[in-house]
Amino acid sequence: MNTFKIGGVHPKDNKLYSAHQPIIECGLPKQAIIPLAQHIGAPAKPVVQKGDKVKVGQLIAEAGGFVSANVHSGVSGTVTKIDVTTDAWGMKMPAVFIDVEGDEWMEDINRTSDVLRECAMEPKEIIDKIAKAGIVGLGGACFPTHVKLCPPPGQKAEVLIVNGVECEPYLTCDHQLMLEHGEEIMIGIQITMRALGINRAVIGIEKNKPDAIARMTELAHKALGIEVKPLKLKYPQGGEKQLIDACIGRQVASGALPISVGAVVDNVATIFAIYEAVQKNKPLISRVMTVTGKSVKKPGNYLVRFGTPLAQVIEMAGGIPEDTGKIIGGGPMMGRAMNSVDMPAHKRTSGLLFLPEDESRRGEVANCIRCGKCVTACPMGLEPYLLSRMSELKMYDEMEQHNVMDCIDCGCCMFTCPSHRPLLDYIRSGKGIVGGNIRARQAAAKAAAEAKK
Amino acid sequence: MKNLIVAPAPHAHSGDSVRKNMLLVIAALMPAYAVSLAAFGWGALIVTLISIAACCATEWLIAKFILKQQPTLCDCSAILTGLLLAFNLPSNLPWWLIVIGAVVAIGVGKMTFGGLGQNPFNPALVGRVFLLIAYPVQMTTWPLPQGFNAVDAATGATPLAYMKQIVKNGDMSLMDKLPDLQDAFFGFMGGSLGEVSALALIAGGIFLICTKVITWHIPVSILATVAAFAALGAPAGMCPCHYTALTLCTGGIMLGAFFMATDYVTSPMTGWGKIIFGIGIGLIVMVIRTWGAYPEGMSFAILIMNATVPLLNKIRPKRFGEVVKK
Repeated sequence: MNTFKIGGVHPKDNKLYSAHQPIIECGLPKQAIIPLAQHIGAPAKPVVQKGDKVKVGQLIAEAGGFVSANVHSGVSGTVTKIDVTTDAWGMKMPAVFIDVEGDEWMEDINRTSDVLRECAMEPKEIIDKIAKAGIVGLGGACFPTHVKLCPPPGQKAEVLIVNGVECEPYLTCDHQLMLEHGEEIMIGIQITMRALGINRAVIGIEKNKPDAIARMTELAHKALGIEVKPLKLKYPQGGEKQLIDACIGRQVASGALPISVGAVVDNVATIFAIYEAVQKNKPLISRVMTVTGKSVKKPGNYLVRFGTPLAQVIEMAGGIPEDTGKIIGGGPMMGRAMNSVDMPAHKRTSGLLFLPEDESRRGEVANCIRCGKCVTACPMGLEPYLLSRMSELKMYDEMEQHNVMDCIDCGCCMFTCPSHRPLLDYIRSGKGIVGGNIRARQAAAKAAAEAKK
Repeated sequence: MKNLIVAPAPHAHSGDSVRKNMLLVIAALMPAYAVSLAAFGWGALIVTLISIAACCATEWLIAKFILKQQPTLCDCSAILTGLLLAFNLPSNLPWWLIVIGAVVAIGVGKMTFGGLGQNPFNPALVGRVFLLIAYPVQMTTWPLPQGFNAVDAATGATPLAYMKQIVKNGDMSLMDKLPDLQDAFFGFMGGSLGEVSALALIAGGIFLICTKVITWHIPVSILATVAAFAALGAPAGMCPCHYTALTLCTGGIMLGAFFMATDYVTSPMTGWGKIIFGIGIGLIVMVIRTWGAYPEGMSFAILIMNATVPLLNKIRPKRFGEVVKK
């Protein structure tokens, strides 16, 4: 069985709480707050005004640049204001506030559950439709999908890699989506292959989801060029570079994009959104979220419209457990701890994890014992102990020479450190400064080149 | 709602700790310790207890009164140093020598540099080598294994001394003084407290590799180098296989390869670094054994290679994407 070749760790997968819980639709909120920056890149520009009536699926903000994405309303009702909202991590972003009235959808959206198999559209039409639907990578990074599907000139996609790994512990939303909507995902894959002009796709699924592997393999038999690759259990297999290595044995070089080895990677949830957009005319207005944790009363997978307050989703799962010490948006390895649940669900919120108080605190930090476990664990082949120390000592040039920019923030080093050292905290802060230095240097070089002209 | 705890990711931890690693190493030493108790009786027990107590006391006193920091005895590293020091001592060593060894091991070898994780040299070996140089007679008079029954322990030279004579002077008359290979493997021969049973040490070492406390790199590269050197340099008139096996099973090779050289703090970080480190130890120990003044050189070999660790740490691990397959 395949896996990526360097490093990796084996956290307890803890998926039992919400695994195999059928996807349940979360009810409509009274007021929806729809952020306009739910993706990487420029925030979208609002195209509605205070007092406008909107329907479900109506465009409310347009992409604000090349790397940006449209935003659609997940509810019907009246726009009450366009204002700044603060999310649970303290980030301020513009948002459209809508008072919900009924549940009136745009007429051109096909709301039936029929599976539409035929697609005769031209690649350009498909990509256009994906861009219009505001689809972004739902695996976590939220990179606008249509940008990914247009390789830069001179580079050619050869294989579509579909991420069904879900290597984050606890999360089960992609797993459940494959079980319930495998057929649609298969059609979505074929549409994406058509858009890219390729005839090969590989679906990577970790072996802790045998039923999803069986289901997708069975479906893949009926389709040409699609292969399911069961993968060994190892974190961070869902990382883009690691997944390409695991699925097709190619390693993307430092600083390069997946397309440099002919690969385009998309998450199964993104592929499902592509199916819905292309075949059903449905823009990206909802996603499946896992709400889970040891003490959560009704852990499960909930289909949530964007703009719904998280508190309402939590209510469906039985409320915030008594012993909660930490609430994490996402999984325990890369998710972010929240300081409140006072924010709406959006494209980025893949899950809510409630950790009990006794699992919420970090261990006591001891001296580095130079065991080298972080070096063994690092999936990028870096030396975390060294980078962390360099960052402490503000040795940013040395950090750059030691390839800190390759770091993918996976957290394997800190997970594995017997001395509980805050390795990633230091590396992350150093990486920010090194990144700034590199950009400043590039800008200076560009300015110098222009001055010469 | 009560206050939530906020911290950057990751929010999960492997559950590994310094203490857990130290305890696993201590557990892995237990089979060898059982053999040495059987072989040397009360002496082995007394030496060990004095050594551990002296190491812990030294660490506590220095941390408390000189460094003025919270003593970290809970991480069990001082206990392990004490145990390893005892493993390197003859079981009839007077108590005050053990205490001196422990003070040098922890005081000079570890706390001088700032405590856990900061020392360039293996503390137990610093203590041992100090005693060996300062008190060579006491340190090289080993009791023969007699178990708990011994009243007046007989002492004798180790097989290594005889082997050296054979290799150096070609004195084949000493051949019959060499231990049976079986005795050497199971541990019925004279020697330092913990190094008598190759079998028990290998069992402990494999346990450490299986529990991922150590990796295979250092022990395998040491043993392979020693074996290759011995096979090529076997004295005429002695079967190379027999000589190689005897070389591996006597003296401190096994204890050193699995437990002393693999000390986290004083060994390299990366796989290739560890392999070069191991080869270096293997070569140095065989050079000392064959041509040096001492019959055994494992402690010296490890300490010398400890000094090269900062250099070996310049060897970087293989980076992701370094070799791009097209």
